[in-house]
Amino acid sequence: METVTITMKNAPALYLEADNVSPDAFAGKTAAQIAELSVHEGNTTSTLGKYFEVIGNAGATAADTKIVVKGDVKKVKYLGFKMTAGELVIEGNTDLYVGAWMTGGKILAKGNIEAFAATAMKGGELIVEGNAGNYLGAAYRGDWRGMSGGKILVKGNAGSDIGMYMTGGEIVVNGNIDVHALTHAEGGKLVVKGNAKSKVGGQMVDGNIFILGTIDLMMPGFKYVDTVEQEVAGVKAKFAHFIGDMGERHKKKKGQVIYGNLYTRV
Amino acid sequence: MSEYIIKNGHVFDPLQGIKGDKKDISIKDGKIVDKVSSSAKVIDAKDKTVMAGAVEIHAHIAGPKVNLGRIYRPEDKLFSCTPTHGMERMGGGASIPTTFKTGYEYAKMGYTTAMEAAMPPLFSRHVHEEIRDTPIIDEGAFPVFGNNWFVMEYLKNHEIENTAAYCAWLLRATKGYAIKIVNPGGTEAWGWGLNCLSIHDPVPYFDITPAEIIKGLIEANEYLGLPHSMHIHPNNLGNPGCYETTLDTLKLAEGFKAKNKFGREQVMHLTHTQFHSYKGTNWGDFESGAKEVTDYLNKNKNITIDTGNVTLDETTTMTADGPFEHHLCGLNHLKWANVDVELETAAGVVPYIYSPNISVCAIQWAIGLEIPLMMKDPMRCYITTDHPNAGPFTRYPRVIKWLMSTKARETQINAFKHKDKVLSQTSIGSLDREISLYELAQMTRAGPAKSLGLSAMCGGLKPGMDADVAVYNFNPDKPVANPDDIETAFSRCAAVFKSGVLVVQNGEIISTGNKRTLWVNAKVNDNPQVMRDISEKFVKFYSMTQNNYEALGHTFVPNPYAVEVDATHA
Repeated sequence: METVTITMKNAPALYLEADNVSPDAFAGKTAAQIAELSVHEGNTTSTLGKYFEVIGNAGATAADTKIVVKGDVKKVKYLGFKMTAGELVIEGNTDLYVGAWMTGGKILAKGNIEAFAATAMKGGELIVEGNAGNYLGAAYRGDWRGMSGGKILVKGNAGSDIGMYMTGGEIVVNGNIDVHALTHAEGGKLVVKGNAKSKVGGQMVDGNIFILGTIDLMMPGFKYVDTVEQEVAGVKAKFAHFIGDMGERHKKKKGQVIYGNLYTRV
Repeated sequence: MSEYIIKNGHVFDPLQGIKGDKKDISIKDGKIVDKVSSSAKVIDAKDKTVMAGAVEIHAHIAGPKVNLGRIYRPEDKLFSCTPTHGMERMGGGASIPTTFKTGYEYAKMGYTTAMEAAMPPLFSRHVHEEIRDTPIIDEGAFPVFGNNWFVMEYLKNHEIENTAAYCAWLLRATKGYAIKIVNPGGTEAWGWGLNCLSIHDPVPYFDITPAEIIKGLIEANEYLGLPHSMHIHPNNLGNPGCYETTLDTLKLAEGFKAKNKFGREQVMHLTHTQFHSYKGTNWGDFESGAKEVTDYLNKNKNITIDTGNVTLDETTTMTADGPFEHHLCGLNHLKWANVDVELETAAGVVPYIYSPNISVCAIQWAIGLEIPLMMKDPMRCYITTDHPNAGPFTRYPRVIKWLMSTKARETQINAFKHKDKVLSQTSIGSLDREISLYELAQMTRAGPAKSLGLSAMCGGLKPGMDADVAVYNFNPDKPVANPDDIETAFSRCAAVFKSGVLVVQNGEIISTGNKRTLWVNAKVNDNPQVMRDISEKFVKFYSMTQNNYEALGHTFVPNPYAVEVDATHA
C-alpha cells in the first residue's frame, strides 16, 4: 500500500469542499497529479495543491492507497467522500460529511468530526477517536435511505439525529448521544455505552438500539416486553427490552409483526 | 433578424409529406421561407436529420405542485446539479428540474413548445411566474376544470352556454390554453374522503356524475371552438382493471365532431394512456389492456392520445388526482404531500421508483411501448412520459430508442428480473414494429401540433411557419450499429432554432431565445348570469378577491401570444 500525505499549508478563508480527497480519486496518480485535483472554496474552483502540500504517490488502485491528512483541516468538508476502498487517516479535527456515501475502505479520524459524517454509508469502517457531530450515519436531507451497511465507532460522544432512516450496519458510541437516535430506522444496530437524552427510536419500525447508560426521557411509543441478558459490544449485562414505535406501521415477516427493539440496561 | 440556411439535411416533415429527402431549409425573420439571400449563414446538415422543433403536449413543468415536489425532495437535486456554464444559469433536479434546467433540457433535445398539463386556476400566477422563468421554449398551461364547482353546478342542469362562458372567462383570467380534466368528480369527492372510480359514481353534494362532466365539457369546448380539445386524465387511474373505465370514458366522445378553425379533428385527448390501460384484478394477475384500448382508438378517429411511457427511473409523481396520490402512498409508504385548492381542484405528490426488478413496473414499461406500437395512426398518438409521473422528460431519447429498435427492447426485456412475467402479461415480445423517423416526426411534431390547434404555427417546416427547427446527429442512410446511438443522437441536437433564433449548437445553449406564453382568448356573448355567479363565489367562498385572481400584465405573462377565438353566437 502506498501512502500519500497531504498537509494543510494555506488554510482557506472560507470552508473548503475537498470531495476529491479519497483513495478513489487519488488512485493511479503521482503527487503532482494529485495536487491538480479540484477543490471548491465558496464559488471558486481551484486545486488541492493550492491549499495542501502533497507528498507521495498513490497506489494503482484505491485499495492500494492510504491517505494521511495533516494540519488544520477544521474548515475542510467531504474528506473520504464516496470512497470505496483504501484508507484515510485524518489527524486533526475536521468539518462536515466525512466519509459521506462511502461504500468501503477505512477512515480513522483522530480528532473530532462535524455533522453528516457517513451520510447514507453502505459499507466500510469509520472510526472516530474524538466526538462526532449530528446526523452521523443518517439519510441525506429529504431522503429515506440512510446508512445501510458498514461500521461506525465513535470513542467520544455523538450528536443528535444519528442513524436517521438507518436500514443496516452498526453504530457504536462509547460516550453519550444527544436527542433523536435511529429516527425512522428500518434496520441496523446502535450501541450507546454512555447516556442518551430523549426521543430514542422515534418512528422506528425495525432495528436494534442498546443504551448501556440511561435515557432521560423514554418515547411513549415503546412497550416493555421482558428483561433479557445479552452481550453487546463486549459488555455482558441485563437489559429491559422494549418494542416500538407502536405508533408506526410495522411489516410482517413469516406471520410475525416486526418491531424495533430498544434495550436499556437495568 | 438574420438569415440562415440549413443545407443538405435529411428532412422529415409530415406536414408536407417529406420523408427524409435531402433538402435545404431557409429561415428569415423568424419564419421558414422559400429562399434566402446569399449572405445567409449556412448550417451544414449533411448526413444529419432535420425536423421541425418538437411539441410537448403533456408535462408537469411549472406551478405549485411541481414546486412542492422540488421543495420536499432535496434528494432529487443531490448529485444532479449543473453549475453555471456558458450561457446557462445553474440548474438542478433529476425528476423535477429547476425552471432553467427544464428550458435548457427541452431545447437541447430539439423541443421548442411545451404544455404544462395541469394548472390550478387559483395558482395561475405561480404557474406563469415559473413559465416566465423557463427559458427558450414556448409554453402554454391547461387549467383544470373537471372538479370545478361552477362547472359542476352548470353541467348538473346541462347549461352548456353558461359552462362555455365560464370556461372562456377562466381561460382569460388564468391565461390558460385548454380545458383539462383530471379524475372528473373524483378529486372533489376526495374532499369527502371518497373517490369516483367509474364514470357513473356520483360526486357527493353536487349530484352529478363524471360522465356528465366529461360530455358537458366536450360540448362546451366545441361550442367555443377552442384550438385544443377537452384533454382528459380519466377516472380510476393506475388500478388493475382500469382499462374498462377508460373505454367507458372514450365512448362518451362518440357522436361528437370537432368544430374549430384550427384544423383540429379530435374532440377528446386521452393523456398518459399507459396508466389507463391495465387489465387484471390485482397486482398479482396484473396485465396489459393496451390491445383493448388501442383497438377502440384505431376505430374511433375523433380521439388523440399521448403515451405516458414508464422509463424505469426514480421519479416524483404529481397529479391533481388527489385520491390517487393518497392511494399510491399507501402502496410505497414514501412521503406524501396533499393540497386542496378551494373551489377548483386538489393535488398530491409522492416519490416513486419504477424498478426493473419489480414485475408491475416492468409490465408498465411494456404497456407504455405497446400503445404507440399498436396505434395505427402516428398522427393521433404522441410520445410523453407524463413528466415526471412515469419518468422525467429528459428520457425521451431513451423512449425513442425503444420505439425505433426491437433490439433495444429485447435488451431491456432480458434485463428484467421477471422477464417471463413481462412476456406473459403483455404482448411486447411479439411486436416487431419499429417506428420510422417519419412516424417519429408525426408523433412528436406534426401530430401534437395538430391536436393543439397549432399546426399553422409549429410542428412543421412549411414556408410561413415559425422557424422552429431541430438538427440531429443522426444519418438515416446508415444502418444503426448500436441502438444506443439513437439515444445519443436525440439527446443533444447539432443545432436548434426557436422562432428563427439559433438557440442550441453542438448540444450547448447559445441563446435563451424569445420565449412566449401561449394562451387562448375566446370571445363569447355577454353573460351577466355567469359574471354574477363568479363575483358571488369570490365574495362567499374564495380566500382571495376576484381582483387578485387574474394572471395579468407584464409581471406574469411578459411575452404573451394569444390565440384568438371568436365564440360569439348570434
